[in-house]
Amino acid sequence: MSRQMTGAKMVVQALKDQGVDVVFGYPGGAVLPIYDEIFQQNDIRHILVRHEQGAVHMAEGYARSTGKPGVVLVTSGPGATNAVTGLTDALMDSIPIVCLTGQVPTFMIGTDGFQEADTVGITRPCTKHNWLVKDTSKLADTIHQAFHVATKGRPGPVLIDIPKDVQFATGTYTAPREAKVNHYQPKVKGDLAKITELVALMEKAERPVFYTGGGVINSGPGASLLLRELADATGFPVTSTLMGLGAYPASGKNWIGMLGMHGLYEANLAMHGCDLMINLGARFDDRITGRIPDFSPKSKKAHVDIDPSSINKVIHVDIPITGDVGHVLEDLIKVWKSRGRKVNKDGLAKWWGQIEQWKLKRCLSYKNSDKIIKPQYALQRLEELTKGRDRYITTEVGQHQMWAAQFLGFDAPNRWMTSGGLGTMGYGFPASIGVQVAHPDALVINVAGEASWLMNMQEMGTATQFRTPVKQFILNNERLGMVRQWQQLLHGERYSHSWSESLPDFVKLAEAFGWKGIQCKDPKDLDDAIMDMIDFDGPVLFDCLVEKHENCFPMIPSGKPHNEMLLGDASTEGAIQAGGAVLV
Amino acid sequence: MSALKIKKGASSHSAYDLRDPNAEVIGSHTLAVMVDNEAGVLARVIGLFSGRGYNIESLTVAEVDHEGHRSRITVVTTGTAAVIEQIKAQLGRLVPVHEVHDLTVEGPSVERELALFKVAGSGEKRVEALRLADIFRANVVDSTLESFVFEITGTPEKIDAFAELMRPLGLVDVARTGVAALARGA
Repeated sequence: MSRQMTGAKMVVQALKDQGVDVVFGYPGGAVLPIYDEIFQQNDIRHILVRHEQGAVHMAEGYARSTGKPGVVLVTSGPGATNAVTGLTDALMDSIPIVCLTGQVPTFMIGTDGFQEADTVGITRPCTKHNWLVKDTSKLADTIHQAFHVATKGRPGPVLIDIPKDVQFATGTYTAPREAKVNHYQPKVKGDLAKITELVALMEKAERPVFYTGGGVINSGPGASLLLRELADATGFPVTSTLMGLGAYPASGKNWIGMLGMHGLYEANLAMHGCDLMINLGARFDDRITGRIPDFSPKSKKAHVDIDPSSINKVIHVDIPITGDVGHVLEDLIKVWKSRGRKVNKDGLAKWWGQIEQWKLKRCLSYKNSDKIIKPQYALQRLEELTKGRDRYITTEVGQHQMWAAQFLGFDAPNRWMTSGGLGTMGYGFPASIGVQVAHPDALVINVAGEASWLMNMQEMGTATQFRTPVKQFILNNERLGMVRQWQQLLHGERYSHSWSESLPDFVKLAEAFGWKGIQCKDPKDLDDAIMDMIDFDGPVLFDCLVEKHENCFPMIPSGKPHNEMLLGDASTEGAIQAGGAVLV
Repeated sequence: MSALKIKKGASSHSAYDLRDPNAEVIGSHTLAVMVDNEAGVLARVIGLFSGRGYNIESLTVAEVDHEGHRSRITVVTTGTAAVIEQIKAQLGRLVPVHEVHDLTVEGPSVERELALFKVAGSGEKRVEALRLADIFRANVVDSTLESFVFEITGTPEKIDAFAELMRPLGLVDVARTGVAALARGA
């Protein structure tokens, strides 16, 4: 069934055969033959971005909200180097991306040709794998392999560098099922003996906790269902990393909130005080562990991860289980049921009593104001006014991101896209476009800070052109809020370059691109303004002027253990009642 | 809220914990890594070591299966037990890597290195160099009236010892291959 065709045609054919329906890209000299083929077909939609970094973040938003790989097409040299931040972001957060780059013709490689860069060299450490294809007859096979590698095991970005002469030359097309099966076949089933060992600990544990991460979401919707089944059947509390929000529903009865540096008091103390920690698809990131020698000192720890290099990397665990979270949970539930569904009921009752005590701290309370919009209040209103809807949230990076994680509730996986590992300012806006492209009728909101948002604001044109009605909810404090917070708390209140000077008039900026612009500064107007944003059929830039000096609490200072977390001004000044009133 | 009372230079001043958790015993391990002999595979392995801050004491690589295009990379590295485990896991997840063996812990193994030594001199020193070469079972592979090139094979320690002896006798140049190693037995 092999067919002769040009390399450029092969690229398009291979993408079609891989089920790709949309490509985020930007043309240039070294990819013109591929663009010529894209022009002559209608199966694959091409979204023209305004900067290649935007293309990768859009593909990430697409991938995370659908579970399918995101595809990027950019040119050689600057096209490829501009994509590097996005690729690194996808690598850190385990997002499947297939990035196709043009390259100068093979005979020019190494001559410092126009728009030549050593793309495979530059992207080697920021991709899961990459290829330079020098022979058209190997092109289709390589593309199929690339999809395999990007999506199997721990997902990640891959890159295929395609010289222009390879695109022009003719070769034989290989269909996906004829492609050489790569030896890359990560193990998905966990070791049954280890799983049984874990079940035995679960049966006796007095103070267990599920610590879940992005791996549950990457494993697919089935894993989230299994997690819910297991948590509800055992009655164990569930906390999650930033990346794992939505795997267990925020409205679920066992949910104790996000953990980590800005996580909830009860979640962090549960991690610190537990006697059995069950890590499902999380990786003991330094934002989670705090000071390592003091990290959950009294617990037995089990770690389920599909990537063996994640296990025992940072924290030594007692029960390492290499495998896919979904497969392991399936076996785990089977074993636990077959042994009589035992749990330590008395222990658990006491443990929940303790957790309820911790919850009384109301660690998210803050002093509200009727004169100025507090960022937390803005997010509470956003949550209240949008929570029943078909809603997807993306964020930029900083205080607003942490507040969004604290105050918005996610009841389903794939609804929350944020740059966790790399912490890429400028991620959220393009990601929201990618999400909207995949879900045209959904309500897609990017919760942003003004400084992050400006980093990729060029994508406004993309949103206008492709009619993606994304809502940009900017909590504008005219500061690099998180940087300012660190400077206040740790650098003697010397606010070195952490304010946003010369900001644009966001309403006029919106109008300049054919968007709707809304500015809101009075808490009384907030609900109506948010409803205006939701109801507008098109992209909206919402400039929400908020308190400029609000700090994000709770907070675990770096190098501190979980039980030494700082709570907000509200609680330290005994003002819980005032703030608490708002929460009711 | 006022600034936190934290000593200047304390770790809490950083966005990261600056304390080194690895104050443990460091050991040397010989790893054998079987890889697809494809473009960039060595860069991938070396980049992994430099990018994650691992040490390379010695590295040898050559295609050992011409039909299957497989290469064997022998790398001698140092680190704590946890770091060595991490290195093996990181190597193992590279796409072109088929197998990773830690010859140091997986059982007895043989390690050999080949080296070439150029020694220049005359008179008694020249005679002494030749005599020592004989003791070390080094072969003379080039000779002029003023110099020898010796070829020696052995463990890295043996080659180190030979180098020490040659230094006062007119050692000019050394080329070493790095360690090649295989597990003993079938």
